[in-house]
Amino acid sequence: MSAHFVTDTRALLGRSLRHIARSPDTIVSTAIVPIIMLLLFVYVLGGAIRAGTGPYVNYLLPGILLVTIASGVGYTSYRIFLDNQSGIVERFRSMPIARSSLLWAHVLTTVVATLASLAVVVGVALLMGFRSGAGVLAWLTTVAVLTLFTLALTWLAVIPGLTATSMDGAVGFAYPLVFLPFISSAFVPTATMPGPVRAFAEHQPVTVIVDGVRNLLAEQPVGTDIWVALSWCAGLLVVAYGGAMLTYRHSQLR
Amino acid sequence: MSTGTAPAITIRGLEKSFADNHVLRGVDLEVAKGSIVALLGPNGAGKTTLVRILATLLEADAGTATVNGFDVATLARDVRASISLTGQFAAVDEVLTGRENLALMATLRHLPDTTAIADRLLALFDLTEAGNRRVATWSGGMRRRLDIAMSLIGEPPVIFLDEPTTGLDPQSRLEVWAAVREAAASGTTIVLTTQYLDEAEQLADRIAIVHEGRILAEGTLATIKALKPAPRIEYVERHPSLEEIFLALTAKDPS
Repeated sequence: MSAHFVTDTRALLGRSLRHIARSPDTIVSTAIVPIIMLLLFVYVLGGAIRAGTGPYVNYLLPGILLVTIASGVGYTSYRIFLDNQSGIVERFRSMPIARSSLLWAHVLTTVVATLASLAVVVGVALLMGFRSGAGVLAWLTTVAVLTLFTLALTWLAVIPGLTATSMDGAVGFAYPLVFLPFISSAFVPTATMPGPVRAFAEHQPVTVIVDGVRNLLAEQPVGTDIWVALSWCAGLLVVAYGGAMLTYRHSQLR
Repeated sequence: MSTGTAPAITIRGLEKSFADNHVLRGVDLEVAKGSIVALLGPNGAGKTTLVRILATLLEADAGTATVNGFDVATLARDVRASISLTGQFAAVDEVLTGRENLALMATLRHLPDTTAIADRLLALFDLTEAGNRRVATWSGGMRRRLDIAMSLIGEPPVIFLDEPTTGLDPQSRLEVWAAVREAAASGTTIVLTTQYLDEAEQLADRIAIVHEGRILAEGTLATIKALKPAPRIEYVERHPSLEEIFLALTAKDPS
C-alpha cells in the first residue's frame, strides 16, 4: 500500500463526489423505484398482506431499504465503465498514485450517494406513517449494517464496471439484485412460501439483514440475528473486495 | 547524439503480441534528453502500443526499455514518477472545470499550492477565461491544450503525447503545436506519435518512422527526407496540402 493512499483517495473521492453533486439526479433516480414499491405495497397490496403487528409500512421499510441499496450500487459499474472509456484512467494509471485509490474513490462515492438515497426513502416512509421508537444505538446499528451491506454490494459492482465491454453489460448486473429482497422476508413472512423457495429465502443474506433491521427499528430483541447479518455483510465484503482487486490487477496489464 | 549524458529513453528489441497479432516486432530506439522525437506511422503501426509500454500500462513480451534510467518492467513506480502521458483521447474530466482538472493533477502529484499551479498553467495556455467553466463546454482544441497543460504538472522529465492533434480542426492543431512547443521549452523530453508528416516536421528534432511493429528509419528531418518514401508515407503526405488550402482560405489576415 502506498504512502499516499489516503491523500490520493481523498483527491479522487472529491472528484467523483463533485460529479454526483453536479448531477444529483442519480440520488433521486436511485430512490424512485424503492419509493414506487413502497407506495405500491402499502397502498395497493398492503391491505391484503398479513405481516407483523403494527402498520405494514413498518414491516416493509427494511426490505425497501435493501432494494434502494441494490439499485444504488449499479451506478458504481456505470461510473467505472465511463471512466475506463475516457482516457482519464490511463492518465491516472501512468501517474505515481496509489493503485487502488481510484477504485476506493468510486466505491466511497457510491456509499455516500446511497446513504443519501436511503435518507430520502426513509423520509418518504415517515410521511406514509412509518414510526419507530428505536433509540440512538439501534439507529446507529441499523446505519452500520446498511453501510456494510452497501460497501459489500458496491465492491461486487466494481467487477462488471471493470470487465464489461458495453454500458448495457456494465449496468445490467444490478437489476437482478433488486429482486433478491422479493425472495426473502422483506415483503411477506417466509412461512407461506413453498418448501424450496422458503429454504432459499430463509438462508439468503437479505432475510437475516431485513429481520435484523426490522427488529432493531421495532425495538424488539435482535438476538443473534444481527450478528448473522453482520457476518453475512462482512463475508460478502471480503469476497467482493478480493474479487474486485483481482480483476483490477488483471485488467491493468492487458 | 552521445554527448556523455545518458539517454532519456532506451529501447532494445521490444516485442509485443496480442493473440497472434504481432504488434511490435523488435523495436530499438534511443531518445536523447531534452529532445522531441516523433513516432511517425499509420494507424496500426504499433505507435500507441509502444507508448503504452513505455508508460507502464502494458508489459512487453520481450526486450527491454528504460525511461529516465528506470526499467519499465521492474521499476514501474519510478518510471511513473518520471513521466506523464497524454493519451489518444483527451484525458480530461469533463464534469470538472479546467481549473479543477489542473488542481486535481497537482494534488495527485502531491504538490503544494495547487491553486497557484492551476492559475499559472491556465495563463500559459491561454485558458484563463474558460478556466472556471466545465470542460464539457470547451472546444476540442481547448481540451487538448488543457490535456497538455495537465501533463506538465510536476515537471516530469519525459512526456508522451499520443496523437496530440488527431481529430482536431486545422486551427486547433496550430494551437496544440504551440502548446507542445511551450512544453518543450523547459527542456523536457517529448515523445509524440503522429500520422502526419508535417506535424513531425513542425515539432520534432528527430523522426522515427514506425511501420508494422518496427522502426524503419530514425534520424533528423534531413536524413529522413533523403530516404525514398514508402507508399504508406505518401498517403500521409497528402494531408498537409489539403490543410494548407483550408488554412489559406479561412485565414483572417495574411500573416
